[in-house]
Amino acid sequence: MKIVVCVKHVPDLQADRRFTDDGRVDREGVDGTLNELDENAVEAALRLVEAAGGEVIALTMGPDDAEDAVRRALQMGVHRAVRVTDDALAGSDAFATAAVLAAAVRRLADDGPVDLVVTGMAALDGLMSVVPTLLAAHLDLPQLTLAAELSVADGVVRVRRDLDHVTEVLEAPLPALVSVTDQANEARYPAFAGIMAARKAQVPVWSLADLGLDPAAVGGAAARTRVLEASPRPPREGVVITDTGDGGRRLAAFLAENGLLA
Amino acid sequence: MTAPTAPVLAVVEHHDGRPRASALELLTAGRALGPVHAVWLGDPPDDAGPLAAHGAAVVHVVPVPTPEAGLPASVAAALAGLAEATGADVVLLASGFGAKEVAARLAHATGAALMVDASAVERDGEGRVVTTQQAFAASWTLRSAAQVGRAVVTLRSNAVRATPAETPGAAEVRVAAPARPADPRVRVVERTARPASDRPDVGEADVVVVGGRGTQGDFSPVEDLADALGGAVGATRDVTDEGWQPHDVMVGQTGVTISPRLYVGAGVSGAVHHRGGMQASGTIVAVNTDPDAPIFEFADFGVVGDLAEVLPQAAAEIRRLRGQA
Ligand SMILES: Cc1cc2nc3c(=O)[nH]c(=O)nc-3n(C[C@H](O)[C@H](O)[C@H](O)COP(=O)(O)OP(=O)(O)OC[C@H]3O[C@@H](n4cnc5c(N)ncnc54)[C@H](O)[C@@H]3O)c2cc1C
Repeated sequence: MKIVVCVKHVPDLQADRRFTDDGRVDREGVDGTLNELDENAVEAALRLVEAAGGEVIALTMGPDDAEDAVRRALQMGVHRAVRVTDDALAGSDAFATAAVLAAAVRRLADDGPVDLVVTGMAALDGLMSVVPTLLAAHLDLPQLTLAAELSVADGVVRVRRDLDHVTEVLEAPLPALVSVTDQANEARYPAFAGIMAARKAQVPVWSLADLGLDPAAVGGAAARTRVLEASPRPPREGVVITDTGDGGRRLAAFLAENGLLA
Repeated sequence: MTAPTAPVLAVVEHHDGRPRASALELLTAGRALGPVHAVWLGDPPDDAGPLAAHGAAVVHVVPVPTPEAGLPASVAAALAGLAEATGADVVLLASGFGAKEVAARLAHATGAALMVDASAVERDGEGRVVTTQQAFAASWTLRSAAQVGRAVVTLRSNAVRATPAETPGAAEVRVAAPARPADPRVRVVERTARPASDRPDVGEADVVVVGGRGTQGDFSPVEDLADALGGAVGATRDVTDEGWQPHDVMVGQTGVTISPRLYVGAGVSGAVHHRGGMQASGTIVAVNTDPDAPIFEFADFGVVGDLAEVLPQAAAEIRRLRGQA
């Protein structure tokens, strides 16, 4: 089985995350990591090839420091990795991102068909959670997203997904696209051998030209939305009291004073 | 400026034949953008009255004859057809995991702009759709404008207060073409509605009391306070991982995103993953034994104390103040 797992480099959740004046995620001086939810995607892909044989390829789109994301995936055990980058990609929206990832997946199929594309459920920076759906649409693959359970048998993928009010079990033949939630598995820590292998691995870099994509179709200028304004929210000015026997009553009084018992 | 005449489609969610709270919020938000039409997927409503009261001029009933016809790509195709037929330039959905998939497919199919998890939606002077969104655990506010003529927007629950329209809509029921399976390769093996609790739905409630690991599994004080406030019960991931509460009620970045008028966190540390799903709440109250718990850094009111003592006292006092005891 040949599996492509899409991963993203995002600002560390614990860091002081911010936006630039033109409304893009500010990466300057902010530590980045592999999006934690993509570790579940990598884990799911590794488990499938460990059971059935094959290879896992990590794919990312992003500037130079995004290589850290695929390095982490290599450490976890993926067989190889590629990164797509191009100056023209700056400011790309979810549609352009999905189009680029789709083109890269197609190119990865040059040396043999891709059976499964796996992604995380969301990136913890933008949290839009729409790229997996758009990628399935671009690749015209069956969409089995938000898998809390995933299995492949006899060329058929089966997932269980929990939506807001319903639970579904879906099935489709390979090739297919799957996104996995953090319920799907417990991601492994890289082993020493993986860390050593990742150090030596070469990560090829593809440009838009390599993928045959038009720079005018991606990037900020082609985006379907534009950020008008990005501003930090003022911190809440809270009151903290210590319970000395009447903490509950004071809590109730606070709610009453603020019209929250109406 | 002339008044916009293109209709706005509001895809209203419902349960047992009745609109969910989010449905009336969507209609309220939608009618500020143009003539609002409700889109009702499935069997027709028992009573279109609430939709009319909140301004729905038309109720498009889209039958969903098979489970596969209810998958995101299928629903999106049906909505694209309806948008085309009505000339609607905005489609509103209630934020949620399933709705975002429908929204993405619909925007992909129609070339529309996609704006998810909005807390407000309006039109600017030129009629373009402008949304407000929260980012980075609600520590930032963004305003974005659609750059193309159509927009698909998902609206967070409780972002808009549902209010009846000054003039009710006609809510003329029109049965549209049924949704059809968009992808013959995908089969729904099973679809089961999860049982709803007797309390309000955590994703929709305007008051949510969340219990964390500090409950040590005893949720009775949390439930008691939730009931005194008429609110929903929520949980952190530690709690759902322990099996103390079902996964459905997990609040956070990988669970339900909530923005109730009042959030109460009891025995919740305030980890960043949890914060991402609740920090846009109106008022945040925390009860925690640890004065250094991170949740106090973003709470409007905090009590350093044991939830097993503070919560029951608060519940009793609330009932007394409300004249219920
Ligand atoms: C990828 C990823 C995604 C995640 N997504 C989510 C998510 O969506 N939602 C989520 O909630 N978490 C999520 N988490 C987990 C999150 O990081 C935290 O571990 C979790 O939120 C902590 O839960 P807690 O506050 O209940 O427990 P703890 O952090 O253990 O806090 C318990 C608190 O209870 C207090 N306490 C103890 N006893 C009492 C008492 N008697 N009275 C009052 N206070 C008491 C303690 O002082 C402490 O502050 C995610 C983690 C990862 C890695």
